[in-house]
Amino acid sequence: MATHQSRSAARLMMAPAVVLLLGWMLVPLSMTLYFSFKKYLPLRGGDLGWVGLENYTRFVTSSAFWPSVQATLVIVGAVLVITIVLGILLAMLLDQPMWGQGIVRILVIAPFFVMPTVSALVWKNMFMDPVNGLFAHLWQFFGLAPIEWLSQASMTSIIMIVSWQWLPFATLILLTAIQSLDGEQMEAAEMDGAPALSKFFHLVLPHMARAITIVVLIQMIFLLSIFAEIFVTTQGSFGTRTLTYLIYQRVLESQNVGLGSAGGIFAVILANIIAIFLMRIVGKNLDA
Amino acid sequence: MGKIQLKQVTKKFGDVQVIPPLDLTIEDGEFAVFVGPSGCGKSTLLRMIAGLEDLTTGTIAIDDADATDTPPAKRGLAMVFQSYALYPHMSVRKNIAFPLRMAKMDKAEQDRRIAAAASALNLTDYLDRRPGQLSGGQRQRVAIGRAIVREPSAFLFDEPLSNLDAALRVGMRLEICEMHERLKTTMIYVTHDQVEAMTMADKIVVLQAGVIEQVGSPLELYHAPRNLFVAGFIGSPKMNLISGPEAAKRDAVTIGIRPEHIDVSDSGGMWQGKVGVAEHLGSDTFFHIHDTGLAEMITVRAPGEVSFRHGDTIHLTPRADQIHRFDAEGLRLS
Ligand SMILES: Nc1ncnc2c1ncn2[C@@H]1O[C@H](COP(=O)(O)OP(=O)(O)O)[C@@H](O)[C@H]1O
Ligand SMILES: [Mg+2]
Repeated sequence: MATHQSRSAARLMMAPAVVLLLGWMLVPLSMTLYFSFKKYLPLRGGDLGWVGLENYTRFVTSSAFWPSVQATLVIVGAVLVITIVLGILLAMLLDQPMWGQGIVRILVIAPFFVMPTVSALVWKNMFMDPVNGLFAHLWQFFGLAPIEWLSQASMTSIIMIVSWQWLPFATLILLTAIQSLDGEQMEAAEMDGAPALSKFFHLVLPHMARAITIVVLIQMIFLLSIFAEIFVTTQGSFGTRTLTYLIYQRVLESQNVGLGSAGGIFAVILANIIAIFLMRIVGKNLDA
Repeated sequence: MGKIQLKQVTKKFGDVQVIPPLDLTIEDGEFAVFVGPSGCGKSTLLRMIAGLEDLTTGTIAIDDADATDTPPAKRGLAMVFQSYALYPHMSVRKNIAFPLRMAKMDKAEQDRRIAAAASALNLTDYLDRRPGQLSGGQRQRVAIGRAIVREPSAFLFDEPLSNLDAALRVGMRLEICEMHERLKTTMIYVTHDQVEAMTMADKIVVLQAGVIEQVGSPLELYHAPRNLFVAGFIGSPKMNLISGPEAAKRDAVTIGIRPEHIDVSDSGGMWQGKVGVAEHLGSDTFFHIHDTGLAEMITVRAPGEVSFRHGDTIHLTPRADQIHRFDAEGLRLS
């Protein structure tokens, strides 16, 4: 009942949450905006006054900016493609009745519970180490020279690590979608003479469109800001400096808060551009 | 062509024998109805014919060619599912076209068949809609359309009308019967509703717990039920079954008399009892009669409006030539 009283009561009761959320979001954002217009070097004189748009122009014109945008997009794009494709395949596999289904499913989900820092360290030291890593041993077993993963194939390495972390999430969401597919529909297609691939493209994939959309949007939000995996492995060298990492370097390594803040605002803008772009491509699946 | 022969077919799910050995022949062009209570194995049997379920033992022949291990798509049968099983992401046109596309039929022939099916089923105005935008009856028609365009040698229906409301059900029942008259294709129709079975079938197959109790035309089943189960299952209201002295008088363990074969009177008759509930349908009146000393309750169907009231004493006379007699095993004595 939306009477006048109940509406004002509702507003009153929602107020604390709204104020908290606004503060949570707006304070950091306005502080970032504030600093982005200042020359602020904590160890070299502190607040040196307003500089207008200088931080922005410096950030964009620095030679590191466009490569970092590109690195970000490559990582996000590659991880999305890998996790969706493998996620669909794994989900279809896990949907089959098999022995020990429960345990297998838990094992598949497990990587999601490993902290990014830990998983990056595990990959770096146990798999990708050019001397002691499992990959090095594997390569030697086949008589090949071990690859120095993090320097020779740095981008691939990071994409592998991040995909490994996010694959469980994609698999889980896509598995629930596959499980809700109507069995009689598949049988009808069977009787209609549809081969396996046609069934997949005409029935399974359209049925999963919404779940795929959700996976893409949620993963994108988190992937745009990956940090630990890069910090632990390449430290941003060998072309793996993402926008997030560049900002970190500007603020902490160069001790230039103003410049980093300007970069932060660019990151917000980039995230919004990608979000709008993706929403437009896949958004029609959400209201179907 | 569409002759279907089952020989010694059985089906087990794990250790549970759902279909004990079963033989059945469905002739070309016949409208066969599988009827039986829920869970008796009708769907299982139909799905085995369709090829969606493996046989545990036995063989299936379609048009005298062994089809036991033929995949569903190659059997030339089309199935209409209880849930319709339409493809929700495709338009009605694409749904109907799907089996033709899968058969790589040329586009002109596809369009011709779709147009013919759509006009026969009154779907022409809905071809570009999605199934989600259609009513239950329209979805049912799309499902039938998808089956028709394949021009199968037999249609399989699994309780296709059970999700429709009563009025629509009667209408669709007629349409399916007309479709059978027109196409003259074999149809196998599964239902738990004996009225559907009686009104539609050329041949009724009565099933109970996977066993065929009787096969015959609707009137054969009505006039000469082979056993007590068929006697009680076919006909509405149900046949009255009476055991005890009344049956012994006629050299039977149980006798059966249909409600419409009992004459009522207020003055005298063979049996007497008290009127319980009276259901006035206008064309007929159903009386539930108690205290007859024959059975818990006797149902009587009197034509037209007969004015007995609750609690009145009523006299009943069964028509002697309409009494069915059954032995101790429940089998018909003739
Ligand atoms: N896939 C299955 N696994 C195990 N038991 C099944 C399966 N399908 C059906 N049954 C059992 O087989 C019996 C017959 O089922 P069904 O053919 O669906 O009955 P009906 O269609 O006559 O209602 C039921 O007892 C049901 O529980
Ligand atoms: Mg059934």
